[in-house]
Amino acid sequence: MIIAQQKSIQDIASMIEDCNKVLLVGCAGCVTVCLAGGEKETEVLAASLRIKRRLENKPLETVTFVATRQCDPEYIETLESYVKDVDAVISLACGVGVQYVAERFSDKWVVPALNTNFIGGSLNHGEWEERCGLCGDCVLHRTGGICPIIRCSKSILNGPCGGSQYGKCEISKDMDCAWQLIYDRMKALGKLDKLMEYQPPKDWSKSRDGGPRRAVREDVMID
Amino acid sequence: MKTESKLEKVLNSGKFAVTAEIGPPKHASGDGMKHHADMLVDYVDAANITDSQTAIVRISSIAGGVHIKEKGVEPIVQMTCRDRNRIAMQADILGAYSLGMRNLLCLSGDHQKFGNHPTSKNVYDVDSMQLIHLVRRMRDEKLFFSGEEIKENEPRFFVGAVANPFADPFEFRVDRLEKKVEAGAEFIQTQCIFDMERFERFMEMVRERGIDERVHILAGITPMKSWRAAKYIGNNVSGMIVPDALVQRLKNAEDPKREGIEMAIEQINYIKENVKGVHGFHVMAIAWEEVVPEIVERCGLYPRPNVD
Ligand code: SF4
Repeated sequence: MIIAQQKSIQDIASMIEDCNKVLLVGCAGCVTVCLAGGEKETEVLAASLRIKRRLENKPLETVTFVATRQCDPEYIETLESYVKDVDAVISLACGVGVQYVAERFSDKWVVPALNTNFIGGSLNHGEWEERCGLCGDCVLHRTGGICPIIRCSKSILNGPCGGSQYGKCEISKDMDCAWQLIYDRMKALGKLDKLMEYQPPKDWSKSRDGGPRRAVREDVMID
Repeated sequence: MKTESKLEKVLNSGKFAVTAEIGPPKHASGDGMKHHADMLVDYVDAANITDSQTAIVRISSIAGGVHIKEKGVEPIVQMTCRDRNRIAMQADILGAYSLGMRNLLCLSGDHQKFGNHPTSKNVYDVDSMQLIHLVRRMRDEKLFFSGEEIKENEPRFFVGAVANPFADPFEFRVDRLEKKVEAGAEFIQTQCIFDMERFERFMEMVRERGIDERVHILAGITPMKSWRAAKYIGNNVSGMIVPDALVQRLKNAEDPKREGIEMAIEQINYIKENVKGVHGFHVMAIAWEEVVPEIVERCGLYPRPNVD
């Protein structure tokens, strides 16, 4: 899922300084699961903004709504009646959701409440880790199911580099060296010979470097 | 000879090669580098010019190479994968060759986190293994990284790489060295050796697999100035091992700097005598270039062979 975290109240408040009434839109997708932009977070953020503004003697009116998903035009439509009389919309979705809302309500001031961090999974309750760099050409079959693109701080495909020590990455003693993990896994699987194969440079045009990517499934298209 | 590199000639002559390191400054004057080059010119076969080492901005390795070449020292241009994509790398490879550089050392590069621009974006479009392979391919097959033909004047570098016997997983370090040799590395400079026992174990595995016959390995030697520096490196630089005994010896020394030089000399002499498969020494006297001549002389590595 997409992992996001809320910006500071100060940052969010400064984006809507001159507004009297705002709509806060949560998202019931990934950001609900990672506790950043679900129903509860939307209500808490609305209350915090109201309190802050009351203390500043500039009361703020808030309306809240949680969309099923903000990355689908169909669910953005459901916002229409709420958007009309507000000065701004604060989206608690990932960056995709913010853009969908802004695109649909082009005459509204739409601002992000979250920083969209990465795609990953949970480690413990309240702790998430990045696991995929969205490179568009997955190599997990060559690296024992451990992603070198995102879990190696240098995205090395023929690792480990000379900074790996005691299982940790050179950039932090708290960070596992992805290539140590890859080595251990391949060894356990009896496939160390695979790591001797030279991995050629990646085709980054399949990643973010070719402009926004599109995925098409013609078989499910309606017209 | 496959290239015009003097280092290649020395290594192929079967004599021990000697290389040193000249770190470019954090300002825009090459005078200091030239001064160091003057000091080293008779004592080394070539000198590495680091590429914004520890991710601190400095004069570029190619520009540095021009400075020391002017003083008669053959440059080994270091190229990290951290700061350039494959287009910029090839532009620099062509440029460096056009300026008379003949040795290229391919490495991953220190992560920017500890440098003076920790908020920068790193590139790693290609990794060091790929860089080795592709620079060799530019020379031997006259191809750009993309596979497009280089119609004329292909860059003909003597291609080097690094190996760190002190990083983990230890068992894989020899595999990775072999992979680099397969990819096209012709000379290898090792990380600074402080843990001789581990280095010997590494070299034993290298010899068992005959890798020392396929590549020239230069042992990395660093004289230490103080026990604090030694301890700091051991504790804080990932991929370095500094045994306690070495720290203690410096601590007990009356003149620690002298002791540091003596220890470096002992290491080289020990390797010369006892560790087969080493073809030269890479003396990294970081910010202490002036001690290199004495070390070289007292290890019986002076005068340097004349291969021209
Ligand atoms: S290899 Fe690419 S697609 Fe696969 S997990 Fe890593 S970044 Fe994601």
